[in-house]
Amino acid sequence: MLGLKKSDSRLLLLVAGITLLAPFILNPFPEGSELAQFNAGYPDLMQRFVIFGIFAIGFNILFGLTGYLSFGHAAFLGVGSYAAIWMMKLLTMNIIPAIILSVIVAGLFSLLVGWISLRRSGIYFSILTLAFAQMSYSLAYSVLTPITGGETGLQPKGSDPRILDAALVNGTTPKANLFGLQMGSSFDLTLGSWVFTFNTGFYIAAVIMLISFYLAIRIFRSPFGMMLRAVKSNQNRMNYTGLNSKPYTLAAFVISGMYAGLAGGLMVAMDTQAGPERMFWTASGEVVLMTILGGAGTLIGPVLGAGVIKYMENILSKINSDILHGWFAFLPDGLENLIVNVLYPFIGKGWHLTLGILFMLVVIYLPGGLVEGAQRINRLFKSKSQNDSKAKPEPAE
Amino acid sequence: MGILEVKDVGKRFGGLQALGDVNLSVAENSVHAIIGPNGAGKSTLLNCLVGKLIPDSGSVMFDGQSVLGRNPYQINQMGISRVFQTPEIFGDLTVMENMMIPIFAKRDGAFRMHAIENMMAERDIVEAAERSLEDMNMADKRHQHAASMSRGDKRRLEIAMCLAQEPRLLLLDEPTAGMARADTNNTIDLLKQIKDERNITIAIIEHDMHVVFSLAERITVLAQGTPLVEDTPDNIKGHPKVREAYLGEAA
Repeated sequence: MLGLKKSDSRLLLLVAGITLLAPFILNPFPEGSELAQFNAGYPDLMQRFVIFGIFAIGFNILFGLTGYLSFGHAAFLGVGSYAAIWMMKLLTMNIIPAIILSVIVAGLFSLLVGWISLRRSGIYFSILTLAFAQMSYSLAYSVLTPITGGETGLQPKGSDPRILDAALVNGTTPKANLFGLQMGSSFDLTLGSWVFTFNTGFYIAAVIMLISFYLAIRIFRSPFGMMLRAVKSNQNRMNYTGLNSKPYTLAAFVISGMYAGLAGGLMVAMDTQAGPERMFWTASGEVVLMTILGGAGTLIGPVLGAGVIKYMENILSKINSDILHGWFAFLPDGLENLIVNVLYPFIGKGWHLTLGILFMLVVIYLPGGLVEGAQRINRLFKSKSQNDSKAKPEPAE
Repeated sequence: MGILEVKDVGKRFGGLQALGDVNLSVAENSVHAIIGPNGAGKSTLLNCLVGKLIPDSGSVMFDGQSVLGRNPYQINQMGISRVFQTPEIFGDLTVMENMMIPIFAKRDGAFRMHAIENMMAERDIVEAAERSLEDMNMADKRHQHAASMSRGDKRRLEIAMCLAQEPRLLLLDEPTAGMARADTNNTIDLLKQIKDERNITIAIIEHDMHVVFSLAERITVLAQGTPLVEDTPDNIKGHPKVREAYLGEAA
């Protein structure tokens, strides 16, 4: 299918199925029930799942294939966001030009950063990219305020020129759209006590993510992808085989920068604002965590990692001590308080602790990430079923 | 005029004169061995030929063109392939992929952005890689990760990768170092076969005299950074200067 081999098409179909049915899958609990707070099927979060999925897919093309660990990819995401918002201020609230420009600008910026940073490898490369990202963050905060809006960031305003759009009715705020289809518009489907929300913005972002995922598979299976893995495996042999590893790594860097820019542009399309905090180094670190948690160098890993981290950030952090008390109310008071006190550091604002422990466990016991975990479980079942069939006596001839 | 002409090459590391006025001519389609005791400058000389080191003085001409100032990948594209002392292969890749990379490099040059095509759809490359693996009797290992193979197999793979580029000059840096006797003999047989079957020039740096005398047509003896003698294996065997360099005054 689409030039992919069987197992890859199956993976693509699986991801497509999960993504397009996400409003159902993420809302398994009926509205108003105790567990409804674990529902993640609201537009804002679903959009974040796919956007960070794109970010991580792109990051994985660089880190997973070539092994070059960039600590500054949030800069490209931020630059993409600013490019998109300027498009919305100057040209039109239609998201297409905004997204196209965000990819182009992020691509050019990553070409510059990559060209300089790739003079070094290993830790020095990481530090150089980190320096660039922090520089971009600080500049966006201070001297570049006329372009970036400084601390307050940028939003489209009624007074912006927007040369392609008709004038706004007085008092209305400009809204991002795709040829009139508004990103914020949703349709609620109520089935019994379940409510499923289908959001336009989410579906547009989801389709773009599926296209990005498809392109990533093609890159992984291409001769170019093999050369990138060769860079990671043995650069010495590569140079003595007549291959120049520099342009290969630079191309991977720019491609992943463009993916980051696309994610940044989509963020603006979904929520029309951009600020410098998007480029802060913790944002760069987050995409590294996503990729490693899910499984660097695997196709599905980064998307999985992005989903897990964003889910924890948004769901786990909302559980507070009152909710915990509610859950354990059936226990005697002393025991209830004890359990709540033990669990409390891991939830709410303490969700980072849970993430940290999960990350440590994965890195130590599953260096291949959650994907490796899934593969091990899969193998366990397979060998079990094989043993079962072996145990059966062979029928006599 | 040989295919490789080394003229007055000198290289100094701080106070150490690693190479001093080395002259060497490797004739086309011959097997030329460079031997010498430890610290004689064999590896330095080799690194000067492949672009890893730039000599302080002298010239290195390959097929009438200077190799000095070029990167290793450019020198490789000129037709010089190098086999390392410890096999340098792509350990994380499969044997088949290892085999395909040099063929891609030969066809597409140092860089080509072929990011959307399917690698396995490149029929001519896949077929050439399969043929090379069959020649080496490694076809059954094609899906194996290269790092999981034995040392001898890694060496065979590395040689196969170099040969797949159809180089005009094959440089071997102690190809049997650290190998068991059986593996050493296999490697010698393999190199003999390559020498007989292909139009290729081989330059070999080696410690093991057994390997040198079973393969080489000409031998250059290097001592303290300068060539001592250059002659046929038979003449080298009994040469007093060589004995002296290897075994010291006592001999």
